[in-house]
Amino acid sequence: MAQRPLALIAGALVCALTLVPVGAVLWRADGLSAFGPGAWQALRFTLWQAMLSAALSVLLAIPVARALARRRFRGRSLLVTLLGAPFILPVIVAVLGLVSVFGASGLVNRGLDVLGVPGMTIYGAHGVILAHVFFNLPLATRMILQGWLAIPGERFRLAASLGLSSREMFRVIEWPMLVRIGPQAAAVIFVICLSSFAVALTLGGGPRATTVELAIYQALRFDFDLGRAAMLACLQLALALAAGLVALRLSGRAGQGAGLDRVVPRWDAARGPARALDAFAIGLAALFLLTPLALVALNGAPGLPDLGWPVWRAALHSIAVALLSTALCLIWALPLATRRGEVVGLLGIAVSPLVLGTGLFILVRPYVNPVALALPATALVNALVALPFALRILRPEAEAVRTDYGRLAAALGLSPRLWLTRILLPRLRRPLGFAAGLTAALSMGDLGVIALFADPERATLPLQVYRLMGSYRMEAAQGAALLLLALSLALFWLFDRGGRVADA
Amino acid sequence: MLTLEALTVRAGDFALSADLSLDAPGRVAVIGPSGAGKSTLLDAVAGFRTPASGRVLWNGLDITGLPPGKRPVATLFQDNNLFPHLSLDENLALAIRPRGGRLDKSEAQRRDAALSRVGLGGFGQRRPGEVSGGQQSRAALARVILQNRPVMLLDEPFAALGPALKAEMLSEVRRVADEMGALALIVTHDPGDARRFAERTVVVAEGRAAPARPTEELFADPPPALRDYLGT
Repeated sequence: MAQRPLALIAGALVCALTLVPVGAVLWRADGLSAFGPGAWQALRFTLWQAMLSAALSVLLAIPVARALARRRFRGRSLLVTLLGAPFILPVIVAVLGLVSVFGASGLVNRGLDVLGVPGMTIYGAHGVILAHVFFNLPLATRMILQGWLAIPGERFRLAASLGLSSREMFRVIEWPMLVRIGPQAAAVIFVICLSSFAVALTLGGGPRATTVELAIYQALRFDFDLGRAAMLACLQLALALAAGLVALRLSGRAGQGAGLDRVVPRWDAARGPARALDAFAIGLAALFLLTPLALVALNGAPGLPDLGWPVWRAALHSIAVALLSTALCLIWALPLATRRGEVVGLLGIAVSPLVLGTGLFILVRPYVNPVALALPATALVNALVALPFALRILRPEAEAVRTDYGRLAAALGLSPRLWLTRILLPRLRRPLGFAAGLTAALSMGDLGVIALFADPERATLPLQVYRLMGSYRMEAAQGAALLLLALSLALFWLFDRGGRVADA
Repeated sequence: MLTLEALTVRAGDFALSADLSLDAPGRVAVIGPSGAGKSTLLDAVAGFRTPASGRVLWNGLDITGLPPGKRPVATLFQDNNLFPHLSLDENLALAIRPRGGRLDKSEAQRRDAALSRVGLGGFGQRRPGEVSGGQQSRAALARVILQNRPVMLLDEPFAALGPALKAEMLSEVRRVADEMGALALIVTHDPGDARRFAERTVVVAEGRAAPARPTEELFADPPPALRDYLGT
C-alpha cells in the first residue's frame, strides 16, 4: 500500500516541528538569564495550584461519580455526555461564565450583598483554582465513574446477600477502587494544570498567581526578554516531561468513555439519606457546571446584534485557523495512525504550546516579523497539540481496516490512491468526523500561541474576547463569547455529524 | 503448473517446507490439523508471506518476488471478501479495474454476466450487508471469476455457512474452476470437503506439505500423519 514513506515523512515532520523549536529555546536559554526569584515564584505557584486543583477536583468528583453510578434518572445520560463537553469548551468562555457567577457583580456576590456579607473576588490564585476545578471536575467524575462501573455487579450482589452495611460495602468494594483510580485522575489533572495558560492569563497574574506558562508570555510580550522566556520555557519543558512520565506510569487506560450508560445495581442505597445525598451531589455539580454556561448564553444574547467588525474579523480568523489546523492534523494523523505513529504524535502533548510558540518566535524572528505569522503559527501549533487526540481516535479503527481489508486490497492489486479514496477514507468516516470535530473545536477555542504573536489586526476570537474583557467591556465580551461558544460547538457538530451521515 | 521448489516459509518459530508440483487445471485440497501450516502454505502462494528460501514457479516462471496483486492468483478468504461500504457492483468493478476509473461498456457487461453466473443477477446495487451470507459468498465468487486468474486459492472459504449451503457453494466453485480451466486449491479441515471437491490432496502436517496424491487413494490408505488427524 506504499504508505511507509508517507508515514516516515509525517513522523519526521512532527519530530522536526516539535524538537527544533525546543532546540531553539534550549540554545537561546544558554546562560542568558539566571533562575531569578520571579521564576522560583512562578514554579512554586504552578506546582501548588496544580496540586490543589487536582486534589479538589478528585475529592469533589467522588460523591458525584458515586451518585451517577447508582442512580438512574431522567437526563442522566445527557449529564454524562455534558461531562465530556469541557474538552471542547473554549477556556475564555468558561472564564467569562465563572466571572458572571463569582465575579464582582456576579450572582454569588449579589447574593452575599443582600445578606450583608462581604463579597469575594474571582481574580487571583483562588480564581485560577476555581476555573481549573470547573474544567477538571467533569474529567475526574468521568474517570471515577468508569472505575465504579468497572466493578463487577456480582460483587455488589455478594455484598448484598451478606447483608453488608453501606459503610462496610464502601470499605470492602469501593475504597480499593478509589485508591487505585483517584491518584490516576489526580495525576492527569495535575499535568493538565501544570501547563495552564489561558486560565492564569485571564484570572491570575501578579506575582502570586502566575504560572510558568504565563511567565513565558509576560517575558516575551511585556519585557521582550528572550533569554528569560527561553529559560522559563526550559523550566516548563522539564516540568511537563517529569510530570508526563509520572502520569503515564500512574494512568493505565483510564478515561476512555465506553459504557457509561450502565447503572450499578445497589441494594443498600434505597434509604432516604443516601438518596438525598446523591441528589444533592448531582444537583450541586450540575449547578456549578451549567450556571456559568447558561449565564454566558443569557448575557451574551443581547450583545450579539452589535458585535462590530473587529469581533467578526476575529471570528473569521478563528474559523480559518480552526479549519487549517484540522486539515493539517488529519493529513498528519492518517499516515501516523499506527502504534508507532501514536508514540511520535505524543510529542505534541509533551511539549507545551507556549514553549513551541517561543521556539517558533526565536526561529523566525531573524527573517520575518513574527506578528505576520501569528495565524499560521497558531494553526500549526494547534494541529500538533490536537494530533495525539486525533491519533487516539483514529488508530484503532485504521488498524482494524488494515487487518480486515489489507489482504483483499493486495490480492486485487488496488492502487494506493484507490485504497485511500475508496476504502480507507470511507471506512474511517466516523472516527475522522469525530477527530476533525474535536480538533476544530480545540483550535477554535485556543487562547495560547496567538497571544504571544498577535497584534490587533490579527486577533482570533478567543483573543478578542480576552481583550474586550481586559478593557472592561463586559457586554461586548459576553456577546463575542457566546459567538465563540456557538462557533466551536457548531464546528464540532458539523464535522462529527458529517462522519455519521449514512455511509455514502 | 504451479511448482513449490524447495520452499521454506517461516512464521515466528514455526517453519513449513514444501517441494511439490500441481498440474493445472485441477482441483486440490490442502488438509491437515489446525496449526500445521495450511494457511501459511496458501499465503506463500498468494504472496502474503515471503518464503525464507526456495521458489514459487508458475509454468516455469519465477513469481516468488511478485506482490499479491501481480500474481496469477485469485483468493477467496475466510471472511472480508467484499468491502462492506461498496455495493456488489462497485466491489466487482474494483476487481476489473484495481487502479480506478469507470468501467466501459464491455467491462460492465462482463461484470453483470459474472453476477448472473452466480445467480445474483439484479443484485448489483445492494451492499454486502443487504444480502444473505450465501449470497455474499456467491458475490465473492463472482469477484474471483472477474479476476480471471489461472490459480484460485480458497482458505476455508465457506466456514460460516451451514452444511447444505456449503456443499452447494463447493459444487459452484467446482463448476466455475472447471469452466475457467483453473487450478483450484482449497484449504479445509473437513475430509468430506476434500473428497467432494478435490481430485488430489496435499497433506500438511509436522511442518511439511507432502506432494499431492489422488484423494480417494489417499483416504483409502492414509499415511500416519493423516491417520492421526482423522483419528482412524
